Amino acid sequence: MKVLVPVKRVIDYNVKVRVKADGSGVDLANVKMSMNPFDEIAVEQAIRLKEAGKAEEIVAVSIGVKQNQETLRTALAMGADRAILIVAAEDVHNDIEPLAVAKLLKAVVDEEQPGLVLCGKQAIDNDMNATGQMLGALLGWSQATFASEVDIDGDSAVVTREVDGGLQTIKVTMPTVITVDLRLNEPRYASLPNIMKAKKKQLDEKTPADYGVDVTPRLTVQETAEPATRAAGVKVADVAELIAKLKDEAGVL
Amino acid sequence: MAVLLIADVTNGQLSTDAVAKALTAVAGLGEVHVLVAGQGGDAAAAEAATLTGVAKVLFAGDHGFCHTLAEPVADLVVSLAGGYSHIAAPSTSDAKNVLPRVAALLDVMVISDVTAVIDAETFERPIYAGNAIQTVKSGDRVKVMTIRTAGFDAAAAGGSAPVEALDTAASGGLSTWVEDKSAKSDRPELTSAGIVVSGGRGVGSEADFELIKKLADKLGAAVGASRAAVDSGFAPNDWQVGQTGKVVAPELYIAIGISGAIQHLAGMKDSKVIVAINKDEEAPIFQVADYGLVADLFDAVPKLTDAL
Ligand SMILES: Cc1cc2nc3c(=O)[nH]c(=O)nc-3n(C[C@H](O)[C@H](O)[C@H](O)COP(=O)(O)OP(=O)(O)OC[C@H]3O[C@@H](n4cnc5c(N)ncnc54)[C@H](O)[C@@H]3O)c2cc1C
Repeated sequence: MKVLVPVKRVIDYNVKVRVKADGSGVDLANVKMSMNPFDEIAVEQAIRLKEAGKAEEIVAVSIGVKQNQETLRTALAMGADRAILIVAAEDVHNDIEPLAVAKLLKAVVDEEQPGLVLCGKQAIDNDMNATGQMLGALLGWSQATFASEVDIDGDSAVVTREVDGGLQTIKVTMPTVITVDLRLNEPRYASLPNIMKAKKKQLDEKTPADYGVDVTPRLTVQETAEPATRAAGVKVADVAELIAKLKDEAGVL
Repeated sequence: MAVLLIADVTNGQLSTDAVAKALTAVAGLGEVHVLVAGQGGDAAAAEAATLTGVAKVLFAGDHGFCHTLAEPVADLVVSLAGGYSHIAAPSTSDAKNVLPRVAALLDVMVISDVTAVIDAETFERPIYAGNAIQTVKSGDRVKVMTIRTAGFDAAAAGGSAPVEALDTAASGGLSTWVEDKSAKSDRPELTSAGIVVSGGRGVGSEADFELIKKLADKLGAAVGASRAAVDSGFAPNDWQVGQTGKVVAPELYIAIGISGAIQHLAGMKDSKVIVAINKDEEAPIFQVADYGLVADLFDAVPKLTDAL
């Protein structure tokens, strides 16, 4: 089985986000970028499937700017076999919407015929939580989102999902799209020799036009604003003062 | 035009608070019809019909819609989509599973986690774990969106809308439900509780999480946790508050042994009053706390529980 893993290049999760003063967006110039943390988990899961003999080839796909190459090299260094970069934007501030990403991924799936697509459940920049579900819809495939346990067995996969009420286990028919949650695994770090090897792995570059997909956004961003900030509070000396403040000042007890 | 609001129903139980708040969010967009799907959802449908502002409840009682499996429920919603300008649902894990699928089938973008409805086409939503608020205008013919309910008041009960049964059969074959694992609890539900007491890695162990639970029970509060506490096995996953957990906005949020990472703040910074108990006076949680107590939690929390 071939496994397709889409990976997104996003602002590193440790970086403090700065909203541009003119309200036009978040400042991404000269900011540390990394692979979306959920996508790292998806790559790791694909590698584990390969190590367990359940997958033969792992193809990583990234859609965005040219620099997404780095993200794909990371995936290759972790253990993906091959990569496809779809250059859909020139400016890193131009985020490609999940619907367009799903359409591009569908085209890649049609070409590559994987048995499984493993995605991160959400990108930590636009926080949409949509691409995997949209891809499942366009392909007419089953979907298993927010996975914290995945067991693939021939024609089906048993997936435990993190849901509001706790955990839900479902069985989906293959091929399927699985989106992964944080507790599925701990991604490995790429070793230096593997980073070197990754430089020689195949990385094909494409454009949306190659797949006949229009990536024009459906949502127009009118403004990006700083959230309301909370006024700094006070430190209390002890438990007694805390209770007094909560009772008399805040009125919440 | 009209709004189709997808009700959140778990094992026949309506998530009344979430649905009533989402209802408030979309009430200005048109006549609201609520969809309840799943065999055994009769009572949930009847309850949804009592929410003020609901014009009609659609009840699709086929067994195949149970457990809100994404594929059949998305097909059901798409089959109804023709009559609606907006398809909305409270941002629950079920809605996040189903609505993007609906949107793609309709060839429209989904608008996730709407926090404010500006007009019929314009919405606010948080991005970057709530570090920025984006205003987006949708050019799509139908707006498919999930509503982050924390910021909306619940619509009151007291209405009596008609319930219309749909005989739509669920499309099947792609997925089946195996089991749910959820701990039954007498505590209030995390996302609708008036008070939330959360513990972090600083609590140190599952056994010591009892301290958090005891304080919560004394206050009639829900219990929350940071991701580190969940990952360490101190607390179950459904207690996680934050960017990838639940978003809460109670009257009072007490963060204990939690450092205040942005991903955690994303889930609680809209709480009315925030209390932080942490032994590190430099912990970032103090920057958002109204009342900060620099103390060892093993000393302060039992004292607090006893004093209440
Ligand atoms: C993609 C992504 C998504 C994430 N999503 C979430 C999310 O949804 N929710 C979430 O919470 N996190 C999330 N995280 C993780 C987040 O970045 C932090 O790692 C996490 O919130 C830390 O949890 P903590 O505050 O409990 O632990 P720590 O940061 O380790 O803090 C522990 C605190 O306890 C204090 N402490 C220790 N002992 C005591 C004592 N005896 N008395 C008093 N205080 C004590 C310490 O001073 C410290 O401040 C996410 C991370 C990523 C990468």
